Amino acid sequence: MTVQISFTLNGRPTTIDVEPATLVTELLRETLSLTGTHIGCDTSQCGACVVHLNGLPVKSCTLLAPALDGATLLTIEGLQGAPGSNQLHPMQEAFREHHGLQCGFCTPGMLMTAVALATEKPVLTEADVRHGLEGNICRCTGYQNIVVSVMAGAAAMNAAKGE
Amino acid sequence: MGNVIGIGASPKRKEDQRFLTGRGNYVSDIKRPGMTAGVFVRSPHGHAVLRGIDKSAALAAPGVIAVLTGDDVKADKLGSLPCGWGISDAKGVPMKEPPFPMLAQDKVRFVGDMVAFVVAETPAQANAAAELLTVDYEVLPSVVGVLEAVRPGAPQLFDDVPNNICCDWELGDKAVVETAFRKAAHVAKLSLVNNRLIGNPMEPRAAIAEYEPGTDRFTLWTTSQFPHVVRFLMGALVLNIPQHKLRVVAPDVGGGFGVKQFHYGEEAVITWAAKRVMRPIKWVASRSEGYVSDRHGRDHVTEAELALDETGKFLAFRVNTLANMGGYLSTFGPNIPTNLYGPLLGGVYTTPAIYCNVKVVFTNTVPVDAYRGAGRPEATFVLERIVDVAASEMGIDRVEIRRRNMIPKEAYPYQTPVLVQYDSGDPVGCLDGALVAADVKDFGIRKAESARRGKFRGLGYSTYVEACGLAPSRFAGRLGARGGLYESATVRVHPTGQVTVMIGTHNHGQGHETTFAQIVSEKLGVSFENVDIVFGDTDRVQFGMGTYGSRSLVVGGAALSKATDKVVAKGKKIAAHLLEAAEVDIQFEAGQFSVAGTDRMKTFEEIAGAAYVPHNYPLEVLEPGLEEQAYYDPVNFTYPGGCHIAEVEVDPETGTVTLVNYTAVDDVGTVINPMIVEGQLHGGIVQGVGQALFENAVYDEGSGQLLSGSLMDYCMPRADHMPMMKVATHSTLCTHTPMGVKGCGEVGTIGSPAAVINAVVDALSHLGVTHVDMPATPNRIWRLLQNASLPVAAE
Repeated sequence: MTVQISFTLNGRPTTIDVEPATLVTELLRETLSLTGTHIGCDTSQCGACVVHLNGLPVKSCTLLAPALDGATLLTIEGLQGAPGSNQLHPMQEAFREHHGLQCGFCTPGMLMTAVALATEKPVLTEADVRHGLEGNICRCTGYQNIVVSVMAGAAAMNAAKGE
Repeated sequence: MGNVIGIGASPKRKEDQRFLTGRGNYVSDIKRPGMTAGVFVRSPHGHAVLRGIDKSAALAAPGVIAVLTGDDVKADKLGSLPCGWGISDAKGVPMKEPPFPMLAQDKVRFVGDMVAFVVAETPAQANAAAELLTVDYEVLPSVVGVLEAVRPGAPQLFDDVPNNICCDWELGDKAVVETAFRKAAHVAKLSLVNNRLIGNPMEPRAAIAEYEPGTDRFTLWTTSQFPHVVRFLMGALVLNIPQHKLRVVAPDVGGGFGVKQFHYGEEAVITWAAKRVMRPIKWVASRSEGYVSDRHGRDHVTEAELALDETGKFLAFRVNTLANMGGYLSTFGPNIPTNLYGPLLGGVYTTPAIYCNVKVVFTNTVPVDAYRGAGRPEATFVLERIVDVAASEMGIDRVEIRRRNMIPKEAYPYQTPVLVQYDSGDPVGCLDGALVAADVKDFGIRKAESARRGKFRGLGYSTYVEACGLAPSRFAGRLGARGGLYESATVRVHPTGQVTVMIGTHNHGQGHETTFAQIVSEKLGVSFENVDIVFGDTDRVQFGMGTYGSRSLVVGGAALSKATDKVVAKGKKIAAHLLEAAEVDIQFEAGQFSVAGTDRMKTFEEIAGAAYVPHNYPLEVLEPGLEEQAYYDPVNFTYPGGCHIAEVEVDPETGTVTLVNYTAVDDVGTVINPMIVEGQLHGGIVQGVGQALFENAVYDEGSGQLLSGSLMDYCMPRADHMPMMKVATHSTLCTHTPMGVKGCGEVGTIGSPAAVINAVVDALSHLGVTHVDMPATPNRIWRLLQNASLPVAAE
């Protein structure tokens, strides 16, 4: 048995039939070939799978696909804006500038959480960022450059908003 | 000639664009036409006789294509997983080396040991069928701790390994050490545990195998740090696949930390199974599966004694360690607690006599192997803890006792009593730098301020040396290595002057695509953007030993440097021909070949072009083409070192330890890319802090169950556990690597556990606390405080 769901995926209307037990990570990675959203654990601890559901960050590894019906979903592939554009989002640019990634596996989830943090609170303190990243594990960077990146990225997002 | 970005610059990383946009290519992202799903059935028991497996229900389940067990492995006459190091005891008796079958046969020896492989159309079907497999186990008592495993009457893992001791290894002159102890004014003693760790790279292990009947070739995509070694071990020694018929690809790999540098049974099973089912198979581990199958790290129990004279000079150091190997010998397993541990017990000190005995022990736990630092963090922890104990007992300041015993800069090269000779270093310089950077002089003010808030503040020091770039092959061979420890690089200059480098190391977060491109850009004078680094594919790269032990820049970078030198030499021949000059008169500088003392020159691009258009070449003495290859076998290890200072605050109400300041000054030799080095130091430090404060793999004695079996139970450091760290380099140059580099990937993990625990003990020393085992969790500290005579208010 499948159910039909319609949702907006990275700005595009999408209608698809899914098994009700399908996880959003499976739908994205296996059916839609959007492999930027990663699976790093099976206990919703690591945050490699964070996407935005209706503008809020969620761990897509514990979200069932039928919950997407009528929703707006943003994944790492949609963060840059125009499809095919090489222009990075200010938060991506900040991670690149401040060496906020090493192996890159946690990076999409980190970026999605970071963008949500910066959207939610215009001026972020170091403590805000560290607390806000609690749900995302990085084993490579020791977090320091991620924290620096998120603060810089948030400032750049704010500046862009003001223009 | 373009944008030359050379040594010492920090260009933004070439690899970042794809990772930032979700376009990385990890094994789990790959799909192959007709791909099936594989699932491993693993033992739920720590120790059991495998009496039989009934496949019938699983085989009849929807979508199932094959169910393979140890009997099928036996029937196909396949080998077992080889161990890469064969160590011996002091009399030369080789270690006990029981076979490590790719699927369990006759017995299982740890929870997670593989007993069957199920292949089905979809992962869900494979999982469902795996549940239907009936495995008849006769459960035996498990033994998981090393102390228990060597006791008389302990459960025995292998019939021919009495007392579960794989090898009784020793290093150093026992008699000389005993004599020194008899003359000592003071002997400090310490018993400690180096806790078992799980590496937890964020990308779980995964593999895809495919067999092409048309070419009789196999391809294995695997999350590996050393694809060529997997090809060699698996092809030649396990599955009997000729090397030229086997391609191993390790594409983007999401972190390794050692965990992904071994040849795993999963890789062999899936490759073998792909031919049996004649379809590609994909297996992706869950995190929980990784907990019971990724190789674990550390797990030592140690008794140490340090003999000192009345002035606090170290006279001798004696260490007895029991090291846990787990249920089988993994690829590097026996090498870690022996060759990478004993020789580092000298640290940065002039201790004249050292003796080390290590009993390498089998237990019913996941096999233990190299994990970031591998052996050196264990050595550093023992040494730096006992130095603090000695200082405290003798009433000597902790910095002063270190200073009195440090090898002076001018004493390098320095031969230790335990095999190794350090070529260069400056421990005192690192210490002095760290003392200033950590603002140690005002620590008292900060401690008093903490006390006003009812908190105990402590400061901890750790000075260390490590050995990077395992080497040379000749030396390693004498120590038991069954392979070489060189690296290779090929520099292919295209007719347009762009460059592709094929290198045998593997990039899984270390930024090689950037650092290696900087080396080529500087050495050949070509644009940084015009250099591409290819790695991780045995069909594209000639050969290589991969990335582990901080060897990539040290050994791989040296191979690359040598290969670029050969390109320049060949370019000079071409230039000499084109410019009608003698080869000895050709100079190469900033991307230009010129005739000395003249304005006649050719650019690198012109030479590259001419190399592929040899219209008037003297072909008998000058070959067309511009591609050179080098294999580099190092002459010695490199010895990075440094000083780390941790500052913690302990809350006596809850036992919580908060790391409030962290300072590291490290000697990593030449720094090619400061941004990347700093990132490696940060990450390494936090992995060591994780060991000191949070991480612990805990087994249930008797049943052999892993109690910390998921990210819910195994505490990984998170962003809010850490303060901003201060890291700096204070480098002396390596005297024997071409660019003076020493390696930086593991130094943080080696220096930090002792610094943090020394700080915790310092914070609690007024209560009579002399040692805290890792991890210093709130529960452990709180219990300690309940047993101590806790004063009403902190002093």
